[in-house]
Amino acid sequence: MIDLDALTKSFPGSPRPAVDRLTLTIPAGEVCVLIGPSGCGKTTTMRMINRMIEPDAGTIMVGGRNILHVDPVELRRSIGYVIQQVGLFPHWSIAENIATVPRLLGWDAKRTGARVDELLSLVGMEPAQYRQRFPRELSGGQKQRVGVARALAADPPVMLMDEPFGALDPITRTRLQAEFLRILRGLKKTIVFVTHDIDEAIKMGDRMAIMKNGELVQYDTPEAILARPADAFVDEFVGSDRALKRLALIPAADFVIDPVGSGKPGASVAADASARDALSAMLATDADSVTLIDENGAARGTITLAAMRARLIARGDGSASEPRPLSNNQGP
Amino acid sequence: MFIEAWEYLAGHQAQFLAALWRHVALSASALAIAAAIAVPLGVRLADKGGSALVAINAANIGRTLPSLAVLALVMPIMGTGFAPSLFALTLLALPPILINTHTAIRQVDPDIVDAARGMGMTALEIVRKVELPIALPVIFAGIRTAAVQVVSGAVLAAYIGGGGLGDFITAGIAMMALPQLLVGAIPATLLSLGTDALFASIQRALTPAGLRAR
Amino acid sequence: MKWLINHWEDVLIALGEHVAIALTALVIASVVSLALGIWAAKNERVYRVSLAVSGFLYTIPTLAFLALLIPVVGLGKTNAIICMVAFSLMILIRNVATGIREVPEEVTDAARGMGMHPAEVLLRVELPLAMPVIVAGLRIAAVTVISVTVVGAYVNAGGLGTLIFSGMSNDFAPKIWTGAITACALAVVADLSLARLESRLKARAV
Repeated sequence: MIDLDALTKSFPGSPRPAVDRLTLTIPAGEVCVLIGPSGCGKTTTMRMINRMIEPDAGTIMVGGRNILHVDPVELRRSIGYVIQQVGLFPHWSIAENIATVPRLLGWDAKRTGARVDELLSLVGMEPAQYRQRFPRELSGGQKQRVGVARALAADPPVMLMDEPFGALDPITRTRLQAEFLRILRGLKKTIVFVTHDIDEAIKMGDRMAIMKNGELVQYDTPEAILARPADAFVDEFVGSDRALKRLALIPAADFVIDPVGSGKPGASVAADASARDALSAMLATDADSVTLIDENGAARGTITLAAMRARLIARGDGSASEPRPLSNNQGP
Repeated sequence: MFIEAWEYLAGHQAQFLAALWRHVALSASALAIAAAIAVPLGVRLADKGGSALVAINAANIGRTLPSLAVLALVMPIMGTGFAPSLFALTLLALPPILINTHTAIRQVDPDIVDAARGMGMTALEIVRKVELPIALPVIFAGIRTAAVQVVSGAVLAAYIGGGGLGDFITAGIAMMALPQLLVGAIPATLLSLGTDALFASIQRALTPAGLRAR
Repeated sequence: MKWLINHWEDVLIALGEHVAIALTALVIASVVSLALGIWAAKNERVYRVSLAVSGFLYTIPTLAFLALLIPVVGLGKTNAIICMVAFSLMILIRNVATGIREVPEEVTDAARGMGMHPAEVLLRVELPLAMPVIVAGLRIAAVTVISVTVVGAYVNAGGLGTLIFSGMSNDFAPKIWTGAITACALAVVADLSLARLESRLKARAV
């Protein structure tokens, strides 16, 4: 869906390019997270896709179109744009804010109104209550929900999100991340998501593009990167607890060795928990095994530490493009 | 035209210098008196709440009044001459200085004042050592505004017998004598511009290095 | 006061003239300043130069300015209006430019990123949000213009100043009172009304 080919951008006064011959393909319907330390070029790359910044060299294809040959204003109306500070228009109501692109595209009032209500519901805000309110009356989390609704208004196939949850407190951020994944579940959108937070990247991304100094260092699924970091930089960047992070991505159910269990009550964990939660339960109770319990209290299987280790190593040698187990985005 | 003006000036040097001196004396005195009243008053009012509001509102209204109207209002009461002119000009200079001083002191970061009090400074010391130095640039901006206004107003003082460069202008207009008019208008303009430039550089010098923009 | 009651028509005529001249000058100044201010908001050099030039004009004493215009445009309303426009430029250009520049960056970024043309961003986002600051400038300009008009009577522009000058030359206090107080009242009313407008706009565009 999005093809970046040898994309390059330099800014005056800087010795090296901000983005250096970046080549990357994002399949349709996936969330691609651009992540790296500050100054790595992730935001610059994202902003070239909607031509808020013009590339110096290279091409960008979106949906098969070379966007450098498209009028930038028309291009932007077909790409959703969400930024960290949200940028809601203070002098317009919530409804008017969300209606921005539909209005620019000439939708009639009825269609626009219906769409506004639909989107407010989608982002979890009661339309009748919020339609006529103004941005200054909203909390940070609510503002960003409106920001997302606004970006989705004209139903663009592509969305650009630049650290959208970065200005929120940790609790709100976690909640909105989950909300956004839920929203994406029903939609088929290609998302470019920029962040500097590795945990957010792992949570949100179908694929992660790790960047440093304007260059692409590794591009793969989160689990693959966590299992096999390409070099010392990536290894350090994903954190020394990458094994645990990786476990968080795998359902505990994948490690069950016998369906019903050897009868020892011991530690237990919800049936849909992650492997990391299972490990945590074992450590907390100093047990070698843990039982999976479903919502009715029935035992669904047992996991042992030894089996987990064995299977983990076996998985690590698997193919590089293993689909992400906990993905909320059902691909095409 | 300019040559004639120059000749006129040459022929009326004493008169011109007297008018110039009058103009400067009137302006400087009015400014000094206004500052002497308005700065302490502004500092006092900044710490109060309610009573300050009346004074500040009055000052805000005062700032909008047409200069000539104020000068004219003084005449039936005080007559014409130097004193009434001085009075009127002082009145004109008060509002900008008062408002700026009041705002400047109030805008000093309350955390800074809190820290100062916490370190054991008396109220007077806080004013002298913390609030005034930080507020000084804005206070002085008010004085600068007032200075230009006063020099400009002093031109109008000619109408109520205050003397000054305005005399040449009014006489020039009345008699349609361009040279005379220019002898008043050009120096008055230069005086005003010079005053602004002078106060601007003093303002720059008075701004503590840490607060200087860019 | 008896004089006022007997001559209220004259006063009204003078007031009408005064308002007409002031309004004309304000409209002209606003149009010019809007154009220059928008340009200055986007261009640092234009900002500096226009502020320097208009600041210079603003510092010239009113009577001196009017006098200096006599060789050029003679006496009359035009003279006064040119003077008023010149004086208003500084505050209006500065406030238009500042108002636009103070629109939060993320708001204009979002507007552009969503596909608004630069003209749309200006008309639908930047200018509406800059309104409170622009009106604050208009307020000061209005008061300035009313003040200049008072003096303008001396160069035959008409207005309330005629009452004042006539009263002065005939040593007739009631005329002076009437002219001066009416002029003051006009200035205060203009200031307060625009202040109300300003705070209402501020509440909307926070």
